[in-house]
Amino acid sequence: MSDTTWDSSKPILEIENLSISFFTRLREIPAVMDFSCTVMAGEAMGLVGESGCGKSTVALAVMRYLGKNGRITGGSIRFKGRDLTNMEDEELRKIRGSEIAMIYQEPMASLNPAMKIGAQLAEVPMIHQGMAKEAAWKLARQIVADVRLPDPDRIINAYPHQLSGGQQQRIVIAMALMSKPALLILDEPTTALDVTVEAGIVDLVKELGTKYGTSMLFISHNLGLVLDVCDRLCVMYSGEAVETGNVEQVFDKMRHPYTQALFRSIPLPGADKNSRPLVAIPGNFPLPHERPAGCNFGPRCDYFTDGRCNAQDIPMVQVPGDDRHETRCIRSTEIDWNAPLAAAKVVEKTPIGRVVLKLDDLKKYYSVSGSAFGGGVGKVVKANETLSFEAHEGETLAIVGESGCGKSTFAKVLMGLETATSGQIMLFDENVQNTPIQMRDTGTISKLQMVFQNPFDTLNPSSTVGRQIIRALEIFKFGNSDDERKARMLELLDLVKLPRAFADRMPRQLSGGQKQRVGIARAFAGGAKVVVADEPVSALDVSVQAAVTDLLMDIQRKNKTTLLFISHDLSIVRYLSDRVMVMYLGHVVEMGTTDQVFQPPYHPYTEALLSAVPIADTRVQKKRIVLDGDIPSAVNPPPGCPFQTRCRWKSQVADGLCDREVPPVRMLEGGHQIKCHLPDNVLAEMEPVIKIAAE
Amino acid sequence: MLLFVLRRIGVMILTAIALTFIVFYMTNLPPNLEKLAKSEASVRMADDAVASWLERNGYGGSVFVRYGEWLGVMPGWTLTDEDGTIRGRCIANGQDAATAARFCGILQGNWGFSTVFKQPVTEVLARSLGATGWLMLWVMIVMVPASLLLGVLSGMREGSRTDRILSTVAITTTATPEYVSGVILIALLASATAGISPILADAGWISGKTLFPGTATSAMDDITFWNFFLPVMTIALYGIGYIARMTRASMTEVMTQQYIRTARLKGVGFRQVVMRHALRNALIAPFTVIMLQFPWLLNGVVIVETLFNYKGFGWTLVQAAGNNDIDTLLACSVVAVFVVLVTQLISDIGYVFLNPRIRLA
Repeated sequence: MSDTTWDSSKPILEIENLSISFFTRLREIPAVMDFSCTVMAGEAMGLVGESGCGKSTVALAVMRYLGKNGRITGGSIRFKGRDLTNMEDEELRKIRGSEIAMIYQEPMASLNPAMKIGAQLAEVPMIHQGMAKEAAWKLARQIVADVRLPDPDRIINAYPHQLSGGQQQRIVIAMALMSKPALLILDEPTTALDVTVEAGIVDLVKELGTKYGTSMLFISHNLGLVLDVCDRLCVMYSGEAVETGNVEQVFDKMRHPYTQALFRSIPLPGADKNSRPLVAIPGNFPLPHERPAGCNFGPRCDYFTDGRCNAQDIPMVQVPGDDRHETRCIRSTEIDWNAPLAAAKVVEKTPIGRVVLKLDDLKKYYSVSGSAFGGGVGKVVKANETLSFEAHEGETLAIVGESGCGKSTFAKVLMGLETATSGQIMLFDENVQNTPIQMRDTGTISKLQMVFQNPFDTLNPSSTVGRQIIRALEIFKFGNSDDERKARMLELLDLVKLPRAFADRMPRQLSGGQKQRVGIARAFAGGAKVVVADEPVSALDVSVQAAVTDLLMDIQRKNKTTLLFISHDLSIVRYLSDRVMVMYLGHVVEMGTTDQVFQPPYHPYTEALLSAVPIADTRVQKKRIVLDGDIPSAVNPPPGCPFQTRCRWKSQVADGLCDREVPPVRMLEGGHQIKCHLPDNVLAEMEPVIKIAAE
Repeated sequence: MLLFVLRRIGVMILTAIALTFIVFYMTNLPPNLEKLAKSEASVRMADDAVASWLERNGYGGSVFVRYGEWLGVMPGWTLTDEDGTIRGRCIANGQDAATAARFCGILQGNWGFSTVFKQPVTEVLARSLGATGWLMLWVMIVMVPASLLLGVLSGMREGSRTDRILSTVAITTTATPEYVSGVILIALLASATAGISPILADAGWISGKTLFPGTATSAMDDITFWNFFLPVMTIALYGIGYIARMTRASMTEVMTQQYIRTARLKGVGFRQVVMRHALRNALIAPFTVIMLQFPWLLNGVVIVETLFNYKGFGWTLVQAAGNNDIDTLLACSVVAVFVVLVTQLISDIGYVFLNPRIRLA
């Protein structure tokens, strides 16, 4: 809702040589240096980079919301020709929310828990257009319907905690769209969501972008998503833009070593942990006050030339022959960009050994009480239904599924944090299903370890990193002296690619990714034989993911560790696992070797999951299958097949069998299991979801 | 809900019994009883005379039996004197023993007779609790809004000049106990020789010698701003600082939440952000603290009522304790235990209603 018409040939947002610093008592920390980018009307600009590269800082600077100690130290941000950097508060307030709107990473935290959805939405036009309350609520209802939420009348009268994560994010999007902004800033809008939900949100964002002609600044660490959504992108590294250009240019003809390294570190189809392993970027991300002279990426770059790359500040240069394609590399014309990847070390496939873990018909039910005060009718949540499988020594078994599918419950039962309702778990030669963790002996505990999902809560905030790893070593009775344990602790830090100086740091001084590495170091401290990795890399940056998965594989090879890799990220699962188990609402819907699961015939849910994963490769063609709605609540699962409410193949099964009966487990050839009613001929005709176009 | 409340009430009753027994035991220690006997009968009694006096007045026997009698679950003691008249716990002077009740403890409404006030304890209690009730009501009226305002104002911009000034005020008041702040207030406002009263009197702005009266005794009959200001402020000041600190902590936390950022970046003005978005979320935590202030207020009134000679619950407690008035002391402890436990219950239940995401099990 702009008061002036804007010439659409001019850029909506022009950032020129922007520098931002944060001021602490000790020093000035430059967060963004010499950053320039232009967003044209209706264009979607992607900002890509690892955490700490300054991409969110740029976004918040556009909003002029840098907190008390952040300051713009140079350059300009022009929105529709007006400079935002020296704008008065009152003027800014008029632009925020009406002309520039923002969508955030964590929808739950971004919505006020004590205000109704409708009130939070209606506020926007009431402030900016002085709209009457009734009219504003009516508009809110309409926009809620626009973002394709079911039952908008109920939703505008609900509180945020009554909605699911995907619904909350749609509300945040609706809030951003309430006054039809000219620029939409999306800060990792789908990171906290499940993949099938993410696919829906991405579709919605793209559609709304076209519908309203909104320009977008899309911040993400996920290159696949950026390929899906954006027209142009800007790759950032350590506070600087290193490459900017069209999506196709940057993806297929990258001209900066960092971009190249980034693409080599993500698991694309065709990567394989043994024959074509990922190439992690060597070294560590420089701390903001320890940036090297010259090129920031220099110390980690394969093409680094001493005396040139570190001699002076590197400017952005135009890539010859390309339109609006720039790179911050002085050797960009000298490097042979099409040279094949230097033969990476090819490793032997880990031999699969004996069975170390065997589950037989495991069930875990929870009973929950009805009302707030513990009265009411109790209900049973069936978190795990009839789980049966074996895991072998040296094997990676991936457990795939979205939140609420019961994969974390399974991990808890295995670890002994919960005991099973019925069924058996054999760990080596021991039945552990009914032995809670406090009854297990040190040997069992150090043999069976876990890497946790949330790195923020798993470290003790009041104890140093080194101390926490040493504590684990003490518990596992490693080494004879403190010096020995200390040496081992430092080795473990090297192993997880953390600087040794981190031993004396407190967890709060670490980024999420670094904390997760400490968690991994701690889990492997006692020479674990079976490791349950519960979404270990979902919180990490792409280049870090490669390093961490590499590390997991390394340790696995050395120790013949059995890895139970719980994840929702099918790219990484495809890359590193030997066998895959797909779970939905507590049921195992499909299980087989990685090839079996990633090729048709699929279970309909696996098919949708595969389709939802964004892939950062322009050659890949995907069939778009977007699931409707959310995962049903486990408290109240649908009758019959758990997936029947969202299944697009349901009509192919005769006389409503899916509504009535849970499908039996069917064995297809080669030990491929599938829990589906679809007849054999339909399964046989399924097409692959992902096709790689011929080069 | 009902089950939860019933369970909590069960626990409360057990706690009350345990606590009252402790008070009963302490007040019925032998030296105490000896003092009682001497003050009731004769100061110059010999040791064996004391023992026989206690025996004849029902203070013999085991402490458990006497506690049961006091509670009303054991039959009251009876004794036949040499002259044949039957005396007992439940038999009033001159009453026929046959018509008297067997049980007469606090459960039957017999709270005993105050030796200091020469009145039944129930009457003493009713009068003093009424007076204290008024005092507490006004303390709450002053304290709650003032402290919430102070807390919200200082919490909405953490580290700002307003925050630092208000925090200093809050810390100062909460670090000053009532017996200090009461004395300072009196010296400052209610003294004919110190503080501002002499200046005002010289200038002819006040008719009396002092701005405020130094005693609140007249408030027993008629509460006015003048006679109630000092006691109310003395108690409230401490609480204001305390609740304001809690509110500030809660408010600063809320102000760093992402939904506050969302609201700011929606273009909501700062004032609206505080009023509409932050306030309700920030008030959940101080609610519990405010409820916990009620039992603490009982503590504060002991000092303030004595200081300002206001004959409420605290003053009564001090008199009873100072004069070895066992029945009154016991009754006061029952009231105190009751107030503490009930406010805890209310705060637990109220919390659930304020915050629907909390579940009680």
